[in-house]
Amino acid sequence: MAPETHPLTGFKTLLYKELLRFWKVSFQTVAAPVLTAVLYLLIFSHVLDRHVTVYGNVPYTAFLVPGLVMMSVLQNAFANTSSSLIQSKITGSIVFVLLPPISYRAFYAAYVLAAIGRGLLVGVGVIVAALPFVDLPLAAPLWIAVFALAGGAILASFGIIAGIWADKFDQLAAFQNFLIMPLTMLSGVFYSIHSLPAVWQQVSHLNPFFYMIDGFRYGFFGQSDVSPWISLSVVSACFALLAGLTLNMLARGYKLRA
Amino acid sequence: MTAPAIAVSAVAKRYGAVQALGGVDLAVQRGEFFGLLGPNGAGKTTLISILAGLTRADAGTVAVMGHDVVSDYRAARLSLGVVPQELVFDPFFTVREALRMQSGYFGLARNDDWIDEILANLDLLHKADTNMRSLSGGMKRRVLVAQALVHRPPVIVLDEPTAGVDVELRQGLWTFVRKLNERGHTIVLTTHYLEEAETLCHRIAMLKAGRVVALDTTANLLQRFNTHALRVRLATPIGLDFLPGARDDGHGWVEIPFESYGEVEDILSRIRLTGGQVEEMVLGAPDLEKAFVGVMHGA
Repeated sequence: MAPETHPLTGFKTLLYKELLRFWKVSFQTVAAPVLTAVLYLLIFSHVLDRHVTVYGNVPYTAFLVPGLVMMSVLQNAFANTSSSLIQSKITGSIVFVLLPPISYRAFYAAYVLAAIGRGLLVGVGVIVAALPFVDLPLAAPLWIAVFALAGGAILASFGIIAGIWADKFDQLAAFQNFLIMPLTMLSGVFYSIHSLPAVWQQVSHLNPFFYMIDGFRYGFFGQSDVSPWISLSVVSACFALLAGLTLNMLARGYKLRA
Repeated sequence: MTAPAIAVSAVAKRYGAVQALGGVDLAVQRGEFFGLLGPNGAGKTTLISILAGLTRADAGTVAVMGHDVVSDYRAARLSLGVVPQELVFDPFFTVREALRMQSGYFGLARNDDWIDEILANLDLLHKADTNMRSLSGGMKRRVLVAQALVHRPPVIVLDEPTAGVDVELRQGLWTFVRKLNERGHTIVLTTHYLEEAETLCHRIAMLKAGRVVALDTTANLLQRFNTHALRVRLATPIGLDFLPGARDDGHGWVEIPFESYGEVEDILSRIRLTGGQVEEMVLGAPDLEKAFVGVMHGA
C-alpha cells in the first residue's frame, strides 16, 4: 500500500535540511562572519569615533553597527543559497531535491527562508558582540525587522540566481566579488551618503543596497538619509523583481532540469 | 485497462547537434524486471532522466503508472524511485539523516520503520549514524539504493547500480532487488554487465544512437541470436572449409557455431576424419553478450 504523503512535508524538510546544512558548519558560516564584522567595528570605531558624528549627534560607532549588521545579513543570505546550490550542483547531490515532487515555489521558499535564518543569526551575533562597545537605541523596531527580512530575502534570491547560473566556483566568486561586495561597500555601511560629493550621492541613490541599509538604520535611530517609506518602496520593488525572476528560472528548470 | 508501469511514446531529445533520443516508444508492464541496454551514448540515461523529470523531452510523452511526468509530475515522481548512475552524496549528513530527509522530500514525515527495514536489507544498519563522507564507494552505492526506496515507489529504476561494486555486495543487492520484484515492484535496470541483465530481466530493450533497436523477452533474444559455439584448439592447423561458419581467432582457437548439442559429435568426428587433433575444447551456450553484439552490429 502506498504510504500517506503530505506536500507541505517536502517544503519543511528542505527548509530543515538547508538550516541544518549551515548549522553543521556554524563555525565557518556564523562565527567567522560575526568575527569579521566585529573586526571592522573595532578598527573603524577606533580610528573614527572621536572625529565623526552622524545625523548631528549619533556617535560614529553607534552609526556603524546597524550598517555592519545589515551587511552581514545580506552577505550571509547570499552566501547560503548560492553556496548550497553550487555545491550540490557540482557534487551532483542536487538530484536528491530534484527527484521528489517538490514544487518550484516550495523549493524557492525553503531556500530563501533558510538563508534569511542564517543572515539573521549572524546579524544578531554581530549586535550581541557590539553591545559592550556601543549604546544602541531602538527607535522603530518594526522597520528593523522589515528591512532585515526584505534585505535577506532579496540577497537569498540573488544567491539562488547566482548558484543556478554559475557552473564553477570561480564564476560564483566573480558574482560575489564584482557585484555583491562593491554594491554592499558602496551602500553607506561605513558612512552617511550626505558626507559624499553631490555626484556620488546621486550614484548612491541608484544602488538598491543603500536603501536596505538606510531603512534598517532608520529603525535604530529614527533618522536616515532618505525616508524609510522610499527605501521600503525600492526594496519591495527589488524583491518583487528578483523573486519573480528566480521563480521563473525555477519553474522553467533553467540549468537544473536540462 | 491498467496503465503500464512505464509508457514512453515518441520521445525525442536533442542536445545541440546530438540527437540523444530519436523517437523512442516503449512500454514496461507492471511487475516486470526490465532491462535497458545499449552502448555508452545510446540514450539510456537521457531516457531515465526524462522519466525522472530531471530532463525535459523535446517531443513525446512519458507516463509512470499512468501519470504523465510533466502534467501530473507529483503522482509520477511519487511512483518512481531512481538510483542514479553517479556516486553522489551529501557530505553534511549521516546515512540516517540522508534517508529521513529523502523521505521528507517525498512527503513522509515519520518513516523510520521502513528506513530501518531498508537499512537492514542493504546491510547498512551498523552505518546508520556514520557520515556519508566516511563510507566506502560500495556503501555509498547502497545508500543511493536506499534513498530511491524510502517512499516505497512501485517502479524502481536502477541506472548501472553495480558499477564499481564488489561481488559480495552485488549479490546482496540483487537478492534484495529480486525480493522487491517478487513483492510486485517493477524494476528497470541499465547495466553494462550483460550477464546480470540475462539472469535478472524478463524483457530487454536495446538502444542504439537514441533508438530502440531490439525489444523482446530475454529468452527470445537469446534464441534469435542462437549462438551455441564449440571452441577447439587443434594440435596442428587444418583447413576448416567443411565446417560452415567456423572462424579461426588467430590464437590457435577455432570457433564453430552450431544449433543443437546433437551436432557436436558430428563436428568432432569430421575434424578427426580430416586429420585434425583436438587438444582442448570449450562448449559455449548462447549468451546475451552475443545477442547484444549481434543487435548492435546488425542494427
